[in-house]
Amino acid sequence: MTGDQVFNAVGPLVVASPAVLLALLGMAALLGKPFSERTTARLVQAAIVVGLTCSLTVLAIMLASDRRLLSLTLGNWIVLPQEHFRFTFKFTFDRLSVPFVILSFVLCGTTSAFASKYLHREAGYHRFFVLFALFLLGMVASSLAGTIETLFAGWELVGLSSALLVGFFHERSTPVTNGLRVWTVYRCSDAAFLVAMVLLHHVTAGGDFIRLLGSRPWPEGEALLTSGQALSIGMLLLVAAAGKSALVPFCGWLPRAMEGPTPSSAIFYGALSVHLGAFLLLRVGPLLEQSFLLCAMVAALGLATAVFGALAARVQADVKSALACASLAQVGLIVAEIGCGLRYVPLIHIIGHACLRTLQLLRAPTLLLDYHALENAIGNRLSNVSPAWEPATPERWRRRLYRFALERGYFDVILDDCIARPFARIFQWCDAAERRWTDFLAGGPSRESDALGVPGPVPVAEELQ
Amino acid sequence: MTELHGPWLEMAIAAPIVGALWLLRIHNSESARLHSVAFTGLALACSIAAWLDFSGLQCSEAHDRWSVGWHAARVEPFVIDELSAPLLPMAALLYFVTCLATLRTKARRFSFGWMLLSEGILLATFSCRHPWGIIALMALGAAPPLGELHARRRPMRVFAIHMGAGVGLLAAGWLLVENAAAGSPPPIVGIALLMAAVLMRSGIAPTHCWMTDLFEHASFGSALLFVTPMVGVYAGVRLLLPIAPDWALRGIALVSLATAVYAAGMALVQREARRFFCYIVLSHSSLVLVGLEMATPVGLAGALCLWISVGLALTGFGLTLRSIEARKGRLLLSQFHGLYEHTPMLAAFFLITGLASIGFPGTIGFVGAELLIEGAVDVYPLVGMAVVIAAALNGVAVLRAYTKLFTGRRYHPSVSLKCRGPERTAVLTLTLLIFGGGIVPQPGLSSRYHAAEEVIRARRIALGDAARIAARRTSARFGDGDLHGDPAN
Repeated sequence: MTGDQVFNAVGPLVVASPAVLLALLGMAALLGKPFSERTTARLVQAAIVVGLTCSLTVLAIMLASDRRLLSLTLGNWIVLPQEHFRFTFKFTFDRLSVPFVILSFVLCGTTSAFASKYLHREAGYHRFFVLFALFLLGMVASSLAGTIETLFAGWELVGLSSALLVGFFHERSTPVTNGLRVWTVYRCSDAAFLVAMVLLHHVTAGGDFIRLLGSRPWPEGEALLTSGQALSIGMLLLVAAAGKSALVPFCGWLPRAMEGPTPSSAIFYGALSVHLGAFLLLRVGPLLEQSFLLCAMVAALGLATAVFGALAARVQADVKSALACASLAQVGLIVAEIGCGLRYVPLIHIIGHACLRTLQLLRAPTLLLDYHALENAIGNRLSNVSPAWEPATPERWRRRLYRFALERGYFDVILDDCIARPFARIFQWCDAAERRWTDFLAGGPSRESDALGVPGPVPVAEELQ
Repeated sequence: MTELHGPWLEMAIAAPIVGALWLLRIHNSESARLHSVAFTGLALACSIAAWLDFSGLQCSEAHDRWSVGWHAARVEPFVIDELSAPLLPMAALLYFVTCLATLRTKARRFSFGWMLLSEGILLATFSCRHPWGIIALMALGAAPPLGELHARRRPMRVFAIHMGAGVGLLAAGWLLVENAAAGSPPPIVGIALLMAAVLMRSGIAPTHCWMTDLFEHASFGSALLFVTPMVGVYAGVRLLLPIAPDWALRGIALVSLATAVYAAGMALVQREARRFFCYIVLSHSSLVLVGLEMATPVGLAGALCLWISVGLALTGFGLTLRSIEARKGRLLLSQFHGLYEHTPMLAAFFLITGLASIGFPGTIGFVGAELLIEGAVDVYPLVGMAVVIAAALNGVAVLRAYTKLFTGRRYHPSVSLKCRGPERTAVLTLTLLIFGGGIVPQPGLSSRYHAAEEVIRARRIALGDAARIAARRTSARFGDGDLHGDPAN
């Protein structure tokens, strides 16, 4: 068999394995007959092993044949020939996507093995793995996407599964409120992504990355856009990346997302999902290079996030929040590296950071045990050394920084006060005006639903906080 | 005109009407439900047969063989074409699943007779292309909800005022258009009246209050079936789109766009589930109208796709809410209900249908939403972004409702709340269509694109004829024999 034949055989399996897993688990759940825990765990493991093996085979083919770009086109999903309009299912295996998809399979495999024990006999065991399969499919589709539509589809799947897993312990109100918050931020960033996608369609008459970024393999492409087009589309993609990777000013959702079960926190917010924004920026790297201003904005946003993350991580009272903020700092640095024009360094940084953070988050439930083991081993307390710059900082500034970090940069407060509350107030006013109008037309009280409870404004802004 | 192989259209329309008459002699609610399922099922089978038969004929329009209307009065009242072919089975399916998913607790309050009558009228409306026929059927279509409100002794004024005004405007507008001098463009007043009527019947702000009022007072099932097929949009396509000048279409598109965003925002602040659902429907029906009034092939095809997807998805969404309401009574969204553990299937279906309605990837709504956004950005580059904003707000509103209804606390019911067999069948049928249409969207898209081309062709012919006659008159008046360009081209 030639390399191409092997690739054509195993390439589709990389995407098909999580898709089949999702179909099986999803259908069983919908029919009200979920698999047993053991079967579920085995199915997940099988899908991940198949996907990982096929990814490694593709990597081996690329290394053996010294090819840096392999494309797999599964055909046109929709096509309107008269309008020159088509959505193509195309997957690209290159130096960016292959490491990322292998990373996804490895970390998902590790985390699923952990979760099958961690969530044993938990009421939401099957729900967790259905959402996990949705996430895996989204990650694989995003990583390998050869068109912006495929990337967007994967992006949305990741967003939905993230939000629902934040609210996994849904018999309490706080996790679901936080999940809703995450979803709200994601929807805003998805809207920016969607607009960018439509603009790209208009500019390049298609969503194929080859048409957009040139046919040379990553990272050597060259965007076929003017500087102005690159700036406007790039800014939209930057908003999308900022929402997904919790960059400033959307960073408030990441510590909230730690309400989810530890395995999902590890895989989503420590390892993969949080890096998806950085991945997007890496993928459209040639587009960023078209505009110096855009690169500067990316770098500035990354640095701001890194500084904020470093400060916030120091004042968190629980280990998962501290790790979330530490993740922010690293993701900020990765984004700054991308803004500075680096490509391989941020990719390696992502892989290293994702692996480390997954380990830390999976060990988080046994942190005290680990500390005791360490202290017993060294025969002393672990030292808590302050950084060198702390004593040199004036007391007043230290207090301000502490408050700033404790309040998580006031970003959530600003978003709530400037967007959520005015929005809710405007529409509540409209609702009241409608009530007066229908009362007038009906010649009396027109709303039966008022009898259900005390009429009054819904605290939407508070819900979204 | 090409003939179908059987009188499918008339049978589809007659089946529910006969059923409504049949139910007059049945007083047991459960028996009435079972008979209604049979009659709506028959209507569904006939409408699917009409669609398949029409698709096999490969023509642009067809009518019934052995048509009663043709033999009795030499008029062809019911015709199937590219536009109406999938709308008929969709409408019949909505009635079938609604009837199927009606629980015994609801069956006593839900009027199956009115429901069957309204199905017959709706199928007749979607099969009718004659302007006065559409106007008359739209007037008749308002009767079943009014009858139900009257029977339940609920306020009717807001609904009656809007429906009466809508039909009056439609009739007056069409009268002016019809009586315009041959060859001259339709009078602006006539167009404006038709525009107002279409906007009112589609619930475009600020004339949308009849919709919230209907959901407040009518049974959920009746309100759902009255709004989700989007008859106002159909009137817009049949009566207004072929003759309206570009400024009128742009005006409707912009007002609809504003309504889509407004309704999405309003859905977010509602404290009661029915009102929330009403605004979600309103936002989506406005989006469909946006696409239709852009009158470009891509936008129109997107809107026609969205019409079907939103119809199916929101019916499923509404049915889920209705099922929960049947178990818990009217639902407040200002508190958590925590129903997931007791109705996981309904929770999953609520999420699936809600996500399908906002055009989530993998569901039937995705392609329509994408095409609509492409079309909107094509025509109104910046304003088109409002479609994206509306979709984002709707997405947040759907998940907010999900969290309120299914999560947030532990709920301990005194009776089992599990999904019943008929509900499960209805739910799974719609789920299959939602995912099937999402994973294999090309057949649906091709069909809708052909329908869009037909609509645009009809518009070009209508506008072109008017312009050609006007040009001939001008040339006759000034003695200029060279004026024979076709402005429509």
